Amino acid sequence: MIRTKRDLTKAVLLVTPSIVLVSIFVYGFILWSLRTSVSAWQGIRPDYTFVGLRNYIHLFQSTRFQIDLWNTAYFTLFFIATCIVVGFVLAFLINRNIRGEGVFRTVYLFPMALSFIVTGVVWRWMLNPTFGVNIILENLGFPSDWGWYTDPTRIGGFHVALTSLILAASWQFAGYTMAIYLAGLRSIPYEVIESARMDGATEIMIVRKVVLPMLRSITLSAVVVLGHISLKIFDLVMAMTGRGPRFATDFPGVFMFETTFTGNRYGEGAAISIVMLVMVALIIIPYLVHVFRQETHE
Amino acid sequence: MSSATQTWKTERAVASLKRTVLYITLVAFAALFLTPLYVVISTGLKTFQEARLAAMWSLPPSVSLQAFSAAFTRLAPHLENSFKLVIPATFGSALLGSINGYVFSKWRFRGANTIFALMLFGMFIPYQSILIPLVVFLRTIGLYGTLWGLILTHIVYGIPINTLMFRNFYAKIPDELLDAGHIDGLDLLGVYRRIIVPLSAPGLVVVVIWQFTSIWNDFLFAVTITQRPGVQPITVALQNLAGSQVIEWNVQMAGALLAAMPTLVLYIILGKNFIRGMLAGSVKG
Repeated sequence: MIRTKRDLTKAVLLVTPSIVLVSIFVYGFILWSLRTSVSAWQGIRPDYTFVGLRNYIHLFQSTRFQIDLWNTAYFTLFFIATCIVVGFVLAFLINRNIRGEGVFRTVYLFPMALSFIVTGVVWRWMLNPTFGVNIILENLGFPSDWGWYTDPTRIGGFHVALTSLILAASWQFAGYTMAIYLAGLRSIPYEVIESARMDGATEIMIVRKVVLPMLRSITLSAVVVLGHISLKIFDLVMAMTGRGPRFATDFPGVFMFETTFTGNRYGEGAAISIVMLVMVALIIIPYLVHVFRQETHE
Repeated sequence: MSSATQTWKTERAVASLKRTVLYITLVAFAALFLTPLYVVISTGLKTFQEARLAAMWSLPPSVSLQAFSAAFTRLAPHLENSFKLVIPATFGSALLGSINGYVFSKWRFRGANTIFALMLFGMFIPYQSILIPLVVFLRTIGLYGTLWGLILTHIVYGIPINTLMFRNFYAKIPDELLDAGHIDGLDLLGVYRRIIVPLSAPGLVVVVIWQFTSIWNDFLFAVTITQRPGVQPITVALQNLAGSQVIEWNVQMAGALLAAMPTLVLYIILGKNFIRGMLAGSVKG
């Protein structure tokens, strides 16, 4: 491509405003939050007196935050697992020359167009313990006395109330997972599958030896995208359950918001937000490095 | 001979049984996915008394628009706020994204890839980690609590994903086309205006739908930055409606549908572009 030196300088100038904005609003603000997290700031007025790791120690010692971390772990695990399984099954089924494929796809995917607030409001009504899904279960002869998001039961570290959030979130994102798997399945060249079939491979062998390995990189993106959504989950919880009975449905995002803007404990709020950032960075940074390496190899 | 026909018949029966099971599975899943929509619509069309009954799963005995009109009266100003927020924020960040995408795909200056990767990180961060400084900053420049503050926020944090989407889109435009422009004496901006912009429509549609949906659906920034009810967008208003003293389920469901309508309509009309935007969001274009 033809490029002159002068044009190259102009190119740099063109992206400078965006670079400056992102530097300030992303990296500058993260450093500012980091500074806040080691400050004594409590109350409306900023107070940057350095207190070392006091806020973090306080945080990790608090029962609420420990519960939040467990909730995040369980929620992330079950949410990702549900989306991957349902999404893959749907993609696999829909990929078999289905009549009305477009209609099915549209139906499975439409929840993606909604906000978590809408999803939360609707599922709160559907899973209402007195007359929600329980009525249907009762009519079908299943056990029907579920407390759903009001259930304070714990099994080990797992709060049963979380299932309601997992259901709602999976309803919203299973279609997304289906769409990326479908895009992946469609990108496998037909000849590859055909030649495997010619060699006498059974359908199950084809899935295991040809399809699944090719889908591995898609599964990785799905896990990363779904994972970072679940680590910062906030809207859905606020709309559906709030922190729940004895923090059964509490998450760091909710804790951060309440600590900072309701409790005016800015130092501690900032500490929670930094812990959230670290959790997300631990999965995003290796992923970005991986993707960029692949891109330069291509 | 006859046994061969027999096998063939059995095989065909098995195949058609498989097809039937396949369709039943797909339809069952579709019913499951549509259940919340059914609940929203049927509850929204009920009156207050009907909606409180344990008959939440039954169709409304008669169609009543009472809930929809109540929800609309309460939510209309907030729908308006959302439109006032979403339109400038979407186009503002799309413009920046387009310029960046052009430079990052066609003018790879030294360090461009590193800068681009650093930029991308910004689309994954939990916004909680910049929320306190953002509030302080907006207070300082006098935009805290205003729609303009929220617009600025969405423009800035929309830069990474918009840049990514446009970069992937422009990468498909052949370099020869741009070279032809340069030979005709166009400089970098001339090429952008005369060649890139006219070819941008398909990419722009994807970006606009994606941004419109994300900004319309945002709750965290909205609830943090807009405290006064007068400026609050729809997601915050819907959440407040749900938290009111007497829970009017029918009004809430009608409100949820109203809040979802604009993005749902976009999705139904322009579904393919919506999916493209969604896939671009998982980094690989």
